[in-house]
Amino acid sequence: MAIVRIKINGVMQQHDVEDRTLLIHYIRENSRLTGAHIGCDTSNCGACTVLLNGSAVKSCTVLAVQVQDEEVTTVEGLSGDFNGLSPVQEGFRQQHGLQCGYCTPGMVMASTALLRENPKPTEDDIRHALEGNICRCTGYEMIVNSVRWAAENGGGK
Amino acid sequence: MIPALFTHVPVTTIKEASDALNHYGDDAKLLAGGHSLIPLMKLRLATPGYLIDIARINDLRGIREDKDKLVVGALTTHEQIENSPLIRKYAPIIGAAAKLVGDPQVRNRGTIGGSVAHGDAASDLSVALFGANASFVATGPNGKRVISAVDFFLGFWTTALNQDDVLTEIHIPYAPSTNWSYQKFTIRSQDWAVVSVAVSGSNIILGAMGEIPLRAEKCEQAIASGADFEQAASFADEGTSPSSDIRASADYRRHLAKVLVFDALTEAKKRS
Repeated sequence: MAIVRIKINGVMQQHDVEDRTLLIHYIRENSRLTGAHIGCDTSNCGACTVLLNGSAVKSCTVLAVQVQDEEVTTVEGLSGDFNGLSPVQEGFRQQHGLQCGYCTPGMVMASTALLRENPKPTEDDIRHALEGNICRCTGYEMIVNSVRWAAENGGGK
Repeated sequence: MIPALFTHVPVTTIKEASDALNHYGDDAKLLAGGHSLIPLMKLRLATPGYLIDIARINDLRGIREDKDKLVVGALTTHEQIENSPLIRKYAPIIGAAAKLVGDPQVRNRGTIGGSVAHGDAASDLSVALFGANASFVATGPNGKRVISAVDFFLGFWTTALNQDDVLTEIHIPYAPSTNWSYQKFTIRSQDWAVVSVAVSGSNIILGAMGEIPLRAEKCEQAIASGADFEQAASFADEGTSPSSDIRASADYRRHLAKVLVFDALTEAKKRS
């Protein structure tokens, strides 16, 4: 067991967990933040994407003990001027970038990371940045449009 | 899926890492970014009892110039390599290969050392580094050894690293910014290579055509003796032993190797 401290969405968390605890389980089960989802659980689908020190990572393939004292942002940590939604979240709403919504938290976090680094991405940039996120219902056209909308309406806040 | 129980052993110096490997023996594995090891542990294909976490050894980070070569710390991530001006200037094939590893999230965590030490024949960086005549620095209890790419890859997931070695640096001789190409064929955008080819100068290296990255000797000889690209590429699968798996049959890989060697030679020539 290890006492693992991680700042999640600006709040320092501290939990006594097994060394083998994955970051996604620390976030969902110990910190009770269930926005990040477990999809494939094999680092393919991207539903578990969160920001680690600002970079998008797949939290099913990171151990909680690896990120001792580091900073994580989950979808719950985003906020903005659109009735509390961030520009990326509002973009997905406006442009119908989701249907079932299971992949959406991961899509939103990967898109947020992209727009923070590259505020004016081309379509190729967007598709390259979302290579690690799989959607099985909406299709990618409207997701790309959602990210574009966000780029024009506030970016990666 | 949750890995089998293990004990996490964080270390902050290369010496501590080497000592810990010595102490725990075969039951220990090094952990860097974890993007090869953690998936294997989740599938219980690997069940080490001790994970020696080297991610906070600052000496293992960064890319620097050293006379006629670049020295890349083993913990340097694919993302850092992809975006490094030094790599772009002196070893562009390595940056091109790094950009094709997995997806952005994987590139943010995965490290060059971890990718190479894993010893997968389809590893983009291993194939490109072999093409670039790179060598690998192993630091063990008796000091450092520099291992050339040709001596480094020994067999399926097996390298010349000993149990108590830490892969600390990768040395990449300054490569021409011309006459290189890295070709990767995948079924899905973020996938492992079905087959990959690195052409750099007179080197032609094949990925996923056997248990380790392989030199396409016949192709190199054909080019050296004046064959055109199509003739040379027709020898691409000679001496290889590709496997059949969920991604492709061995026959398809043999076909792809010829196509990709031709494409790589053609693209490399365009750059010269």
